[in-house]
Amino acid sequence: MAKSIDEIRDRALREIESASDEETIHALSVKYLGRKGQVTLFLRTLAELPAEERPAAGKAANQAKHLIREALDRAAERIAASREKDDAIDVSLPGRPVRRGTLHPVTRITGIICEIFGRMGFEVVEGPEIETDYYNFEALNIPREHPARDMQDTFYISDNVVLRTHTSPTQPRVMEQRTPPLRIIAPGKVYRCDSDVTHTPMFHQVEGLMVDRKVSFGDLKGVLTAFVHRMFDDQTSLRFRPSYFPFTEPSAEVDIRCVACRGRGCRICSNTGWLEILGAGMVHPAVFEKVGYDTAKYTGFAFGMGVERIAMLKYNIDDTRKFFENDIRFLGQF
Amino acid sequence: MKVSLSWLREYIAVDMPTSDLSEALTMAGLEVETVFDRYGYLDNVLCGKVLEVSPHPDADRLVVCRVDTGTDPLTIVCGAPNVREGLVTAVVLPGVELPGGVRIAKARIRGVTSEGMLCSAFELGIGDDRSGIVELAPETQPGMPLSRALGLSDPVFDIDLTPNRADCLGIIGVAREVAAICGGAVQKPDASVPQTGEDVSSYASVSIEEPELCPRYVARVVLDVKVGPSPFWLRDRLLSVGLKPINNIVDITNFVMMETGQPLHAFDLDLLSGNAIVVRCAGDDSTFRTLDGKERKLSPEMLMICDAQKPVAVAGVMGGYNSEINEKTTRVLIESACFKPASIRMTAKKLGLGTDASHRFERGVDPLGTVYAADRAAGLMAEIAGGKPAKGVIDINPVPFTEKRVSVSVRAVNERLGIMLDGGQIAGLLSSIGIGSRKAGKEDLLEVTVPSFRVDIERPEDIAEEVARLWGYNRIPVSFPTIPAEGATLPGRFVWRNRIKDIMAGFGFAEVVNYSFISPEACDGMGPVEGPDEPPPVQILNPLTREQSVMRTSLVPGLLKNTRDNIFQQERDIRIFEIGKVFLPRPGSELPDEPEMVAGLMTGLRRPHSWLCHDEKTDFYDIKGVLEGMLDAIGLGDADFTAMPPGRCRYMKPGHTALVSLNGLDIGAVGELSSAWLDGFGIRQEVFAFELNFSAFLPLLTDSRQAVPISKFPSVSRDITMIVDRSIEAGAVMKALAMQGQSLIEKVQLLYVYEGDPVPAGKRSLSLRVVYRSFDQTLKDEFVNRIHAETTEKLVAEFNAELPG
Repeated sequence: MAKSIDEIRDRALREIESASDEETIHALSVKYLGRKGQVTLFLRTLAELPAEERPAAGKAANQAKHLIREALDRAAERIAASREKDDAIDVSLPGRPVRRGTLHPVTRITGIICEIFGRMGFEVVEGPEIETDYYNFEALNIPREHPARDMQDTFYISDNVVLRTHTSPTQPRVMEQRTPPLRIIAPGKVYRCDSDVTHTPMFHQVEGLMVDRKVSFGDLKGVLTAFVHRMFDDQTSLRFRPSYFPFTEPSAEVDIRCVACRGRGCRICSNTGWLEILGAGMVHPAVFEKVGYDTAKYTGFAFGMGVERIAMLKYNIDDTRKFFENDIRFLGQF
Repeated sequence: MKVSLSWLREYIAVDMPTSDLSEALTMAGLEVETVFDRYGYLDNVLCGKVLEVSPHPDADRLVVCRVDTGTDPLTIVCGAPNVREGLVTAVVLPGVELPGGVRIAKARIRGVTSEGMLCSAFELGIGDDRSGIVELAPETQPGMPLSRALGLSDPVFDIDLTPNRADCLGIIGVAREVAAICGGAVQKPDASVPQTGEDVSSYASVSIEEPELCPRYVARVVLDVKVGPSPFWLRDRLLSVGLKPINNIVDITNFVMMETGQPLHAFDLDLLSGNAIVVRCAGDDSTFRTLDGKERKLSPEMLMICDAQKPVAVAGVMGGYNSEINEKTTRVLIESACFKPASIRMTAKKLGLGTDASHRFERGVDPLGTVYAADRAAGLMAEIAGGKPAKGVIDINPVPFTEKRVSVSVRAVNERLGIMLDGGQIAGLLSSIGIGSRKAGKEDLLEVTVPSFRVDIERPEDIAEEVARLWGYNRIPVSFPTIPAEGATLPGRFVWRNRIKDIMAGFGFAEVVNYSFISPEACDGMGPVEGPDEPPPVQILNPLTREQSVMRTSLVPGLLKNTRDNIFQQERDIRIFEIGKVFLPRPGSELPDEPEMVAGLMTGLRRPHSWLCHDEKTDFYDIKGVLEGMLDAIGLGDADFTAMPPGRCRYMKPGHTALVSLNGLDIGAVGELSSAWLDGFGIRQEVFAFELNFSAFLPLLTDSRQAVPISKFPSVSRDITMIVDRSIEAGAVMKALAMQGQSLIEKVQLLYVYEGDPVPAGKRSLSLRVVYRSFDQTLKDEFVNRIHAETTEKLVAEFNAELPG
């Protein structure tokens, strides 16, 4: 016996330990465990040993073989792991860019409004943006030469055709087509001949109308309160102020507690603690008469709100003109 | 409508803090926009003690004073006769503006710098005395604001009145509302007239030719008036509500108008030909000079106040230059009339002349208030202008007032409002603003008598509104209507529009919203792609600017404007889209067609700059890919793209634009913007856009889907390369290919397009991959080869193609 199995084993383990690539591991595996490897050759010499020494020597040799095998496996893993580590990429580099598109804030807010009222059973409808004088005014109890016409600066296409000044013409248009009960909301563009820091000549409104038997002003308050609580939050209180619209009676302006200062008074609410966000009222019987509804049988309420106004409050937008400048640095924020 | 608290207190006792009253008025429907103290400017006028008076070195009538205003003594030049050492007076410091617009500044007066001004009561707007500077109590603390020293404070409520509340266009009307808030009764001023001489009818006559337009005309005559400045109290009242004093007679008419809401006009009776008033339409009189000196163009239907020969006033709007009160006037005719609101409004609009009078007449004045107002004015003319009112009034009243009565159901009021009041409570609320009511026959009915000054109340619903606001809107309990459980579904148009918006946003496009009106130039040549005819766009008669004077016929000009504006902000890589209506005149119809369009635009880099790849510019196939992707996502993947016929879409570059159609229906265009168009917008980079008619393809959209079985057998691919004329569209070849192959062709892919050597000029080679698959078997190579050969042969024949050598 040239070398003891212990010597072979120890040298093998040392060599494996210092191996740094797969080729060396393979060579070591051949050198010790191959067909002509040192451990294999040692096992073959066992037959030459006296019978009483054989079991102990055999056991030692098999143990050595097993240890070397394990060491080889571990070393292979170690080498593989270290090679993977050299392959690593810099995951902090920016990814291949994908452009993110955006929806206009008016689209977003209109969508929320329609969804809230949709859940309350209001169907979404639309009407033309260029309207006849009849639907924009007459059918809404605003005859020619009525001072209420001064409440809205009107763009005219002809004596008898206007850019609609509000979404309210959808009220008579829908009522002419349908019989009560009905619940509709009508979002859309409206136009006023007015342009300054706080007015754009085009903006968006959402109109609402509900007609049924025994609809009351209290119901109007209920529906609008539910809306405001969904749109803003449950803590936002409402205030109804008497006002005047020719097509509702009684009419109300609806204020909400300032969403910025909660009523303490700030720049946004001009220190009043309140923000006007809606006009509303019970449908005027003259409007029902124009569309042939029985005023003894039906009552209804209507309301209208400015989408930009709500978007400004929700998104903290300070200038209404930004909605139509379409600066992508602005649009990109939504 | 401005109302000062002190004036209001002439008619009603107000015992609540100003802020509470302001809030209460707002909640009663008289929205108080602002409250300001009209003596606010006196906070900056200080009490000053004259310490020393020395002669002015360079002016005999002036003195130089040292004045203590609580800080270092000021040097002030003064010319008042009563200035003396020890006098406590009013000092206006530089920067303060006095009524009448005088702004005090530090000034050199004959070589001496004056650091302020000592003022008279007249100059300060607090009295009539202009003989000398104000003399305050000697113990007054120097430096104290004059407003505090004199206890001067008078809040003015600026009320934004809604058009229905004509009754509150006089301060007595506002007092009625305050009475309902505070309690108490309105005290109307005494309007008794000390009458002398002959009966009024011997001095003047009135006739109405248009009773429909002038239901009542009341006139009084006042003799021997002396025209001159009004006393301080009258001027002060007018100034407090923003009116300019003129002379005592005119001021009285304005004062009574502000007090009662009834506009009055005073004529110089001696300038009225025949001492007559004739109320008639303008007719042949084509021009008229109003008292502001302007020549006005009349329409025949305008109502005029005339004398025996000529017009002397535009009824209800403005008096005439020819009959105006002047310093020589001694005999005055006071007009207190009712006119038809619509007529006055029409006249004021046509003349472009809105006045305090027309504002009130348009909304309707109290038909029973005319005599009172005339009496009140005549009484004041006697009191302060030395006038002698003639006996009696002329009262021509062809259409007498009929009292309006409204039967109101208590139950209906309660149901409309959602409250539970009884008849007595409702009657009580109404009586607080002077509306009478009594129980009529049936228990539930109230017979309401509408007072003459409430011209807006006509129906039971109007009474319900009064009840609601008097009871308090915020005391009406919140309820919730019964709503069926089925809910509401969103109509298809909204669903698809929203889906397209989501898809486009998902493709990296920012949604924009543009004004619907554009400039006529931007509209030119932007007609819809569906038709070659291009009617002129819908025009706005009264646009704000020329840039916003016609209704858009395409969304593209708006997108180009956005592109230009963003490039101007150094944002050169732009992907935007818009969905909105365009407006196309419809012959024979009053209203135009309003198809809804969807448009997208791309320019700049294909991808945002990245370390991973080179920057590449967007090209036609980027926008086409987006459009194909969007159409595919809404189930319109089979849209055809063919070369745009010449002249069809003038804003796109010829040869770089496709017509998009669906089974023969043209729905839009996609392409590169023509450089002429881009030049027009000042854009110097390539821009690609599409615009489709959403309304046109909306009926084709459906959400219904039928699943198709998927083959279990493998596919086999074969490539084909052919050389065709350059003019042959690859799309046509691919389409033809897909139609062949015994329905075994699953997919056709375009691999390469090649032009240049060795392909002959005018031709190009197309390489296509055809994927074959069967539903019932694995396709054998020989079989596929045969089919592919047949397919190839057909294609070659159809497109006159050659196979490469």
